[in-house]
Amino acid sequence: MLEAQNIVARYGSRTAVDSVSLTLSAGQITALIGPNGAGKSTLLRTLNGGMTLVAGVILLNGKPLEAFARREIAKHIAVVAQESDVRFPVTVLEFVLGGRYAWAGGTTWGWESVQDVESVSAVLRETSLLEMRGRLMNELSGGERQRSVLARALATEATHLLLDEPTANLDLSHQATILSLVRSRCNRRGVSALVITHDINLAAEFADNVLLLKDGRSLAYGPPQEVFRAELIEQAFAIKVLVDQHPMSTVPRITPVHEDRRSFR
Amino acid sequence: MTVTEGLHMTVLGDARATPRRTALICLMLGAALLASIVLVSLFGSERLPASESLCTLFSLGRRGCGLSAAQTAILMDIRLPRILLAAAVGASLAAAGASYQALLRNPLAEPYLLGISNGAAVGTMLSLVFLGQFAFARPLLAFGGALLATLLVYRLAAGRTGTTPERLILSGVIVTTFLSSVIVFVTTLLDATRIRSFTFWLLGDLSGSAGNLLIVSIVVSILCTTVLSFHARSLNLLMLGERDAFDLGVEVSRVRFTVFIVASLLVGSSVASSGSVGYVGLVVPHLVRLSFGSDNRLTIPAAALLGAMFVVIADTLARTLIAPRELPVGAITAIIGAPLFIYLLRRG
Repeated sequence: MLEAQNIVARYGSRTAVDSVSLTLSAGQITALIGPNGAGKSTLLRTLNGGMTLVAGVILLNGKPLEAFARREIAKHIAVVAQESDVRFPVTVLEFVLGGRYAWAGGTTWGWESVQDVESVSAVLRETSLLEMRGRLMNELSGGERQRSVLARALATEATHLLLDEPTANLDLSHQATILSLVRSRCNRRGVSALVITHDINLAAEFADNVLLLKDGRSLAYGPPQEVFRAELIEQAFAIKVLVDQHPMSTVPRITPVHEDRRSFR
Repeated sequence: MTVTEGLHMTVLGDARATPRRTALICLMLGAALLASIVLVSLFGSERLPASESLCTLFSLGRRGCGLSAAQTAILMDIRLPRILLAAAVGASLAAAGASYQALLRNPLAEPYLLGISNGAAVGTMLSLVFLGQFAFARPLLAFGGALLATLLVYRLAAGRTGTTPERLILSGVIVTTFLSSVIVFVTTLLDATRIRSFTFWLLGDLSGSAGNLLIVSIVVSILCTTVLSFHARSLNLLMLGERDAFDLGVEVSRVRFTVFIVASLLVGSSVASSGSVGYVGLVVPHLVRLSFGSDNRLTIPAAALLGAMFVVIADTLARTLIAPRELPVGAITAIIGAPLFIYLLRRG
């Protein structure tokens, strides 16, 4: 279990995360929603030990995060960051094998063990990348590359996944692929996931919990039905919305209401 | 063979560097390096009989192979140390180049182009001018100069939006030209007789290969390349971004610090003994990556071996092309390296 209690993080004098609490428990997906600059990515970095806390505490399986070595944290928490460019000719297989770094034993050269290769080939099959393992990362399409980045995170066999806009720039079917991969990990292996997304309706579909963030503060935290209420969304995004029910999945459905439609045309 | 084993074999065999493949490639490159060392020792301004020379080489200088005492001295005391120094310098610069490239996430990073060699050169010159009587000061000050120049370029290149390849090269150009003018100032402190040998040394000169500096260079090149190879798996992740590496469990600041120090040590020791030999650290790692892939566990040792071979051959050209006069080896590596650099730049 990964738990944040009243954490505060700052960039210089600017407070980016202000007294936020959340719990990532086994099998659950939490969506992190909020306007640009709300502190979503900073919160995600903080949860991984990437930023020093000004106040509050982060507990990994009941122990403070600072008590763990970097490698140990990487065995428990995996991050899918926003896209980074690969400037060297690295194959998909080499890239995904990078996820096994934290598991390297005492062998000095750090060659992958048989078990490393086994779990990576399983992940490559799971993400349908096995066939293109020999292709170079910078020759892949956006969807394939994002799948490789997720595959590397899954290869760590971490019990907590932190995903920063994993579906940005992806078409509808690729978005579904990525999220169903995350969902199946949660269901089958008791993994917990935190997903930053700007797609509120997508979040309503896949998330068990939603944390709504604005100006670094937690505006609402709970199941989608509780968080996706018109007044909360309007307060967070400063735009009028209509909230009704999705006719098939019965989860909340949010539609922005543009009173002055002419300003669009 | 079960299905999983079959899958295993394919995943093991292709698309990545394995210990077996790495060992095989390094053994082949090592054998080629040894062969080239033996071969080029037969060439020089003084013609030596081939079979007698080989006999002397393989018996490590014992008499009775039919060479005269003077010929044995030319082969074993002048030619061989110089070839070994060339190998050490080449290995150092190529391994350092490969590591800088991975660390700075920049395929164009190179000790010479980044001004690191010039930093080491300033250090060496200062030790020669002011601390001439202390032999040990030369590699030490060279190392210090290389380290300072690295830090300077790195800080200059780190803009608010991060370090781009272009920014890094620009900072390198600025630091290089600045240090070049420092070198000119220091040169004016020298007496006229030493200026010529100094200019020659600046362009890369392997003729001062006698004594302790040779041993220092060889030991440093082997030790430091080994240390860098031990960090190769971390460098594989750093090569893709510091954030990614951190997330995957790399202790980024410790690895970055170690690799910076060790790579600067390599540049410092090679500049102290032979001046600035350019382009080795750029061209050789690129060729290795093009041929064998980007895994640093293979790239770094393979680049060291190929770099050694490259400078051994370049220096042979330098001392034989217009024999009995000599060219600086840096001129040869630059003549080969600059067009290759342009080619790689256009390709990239």
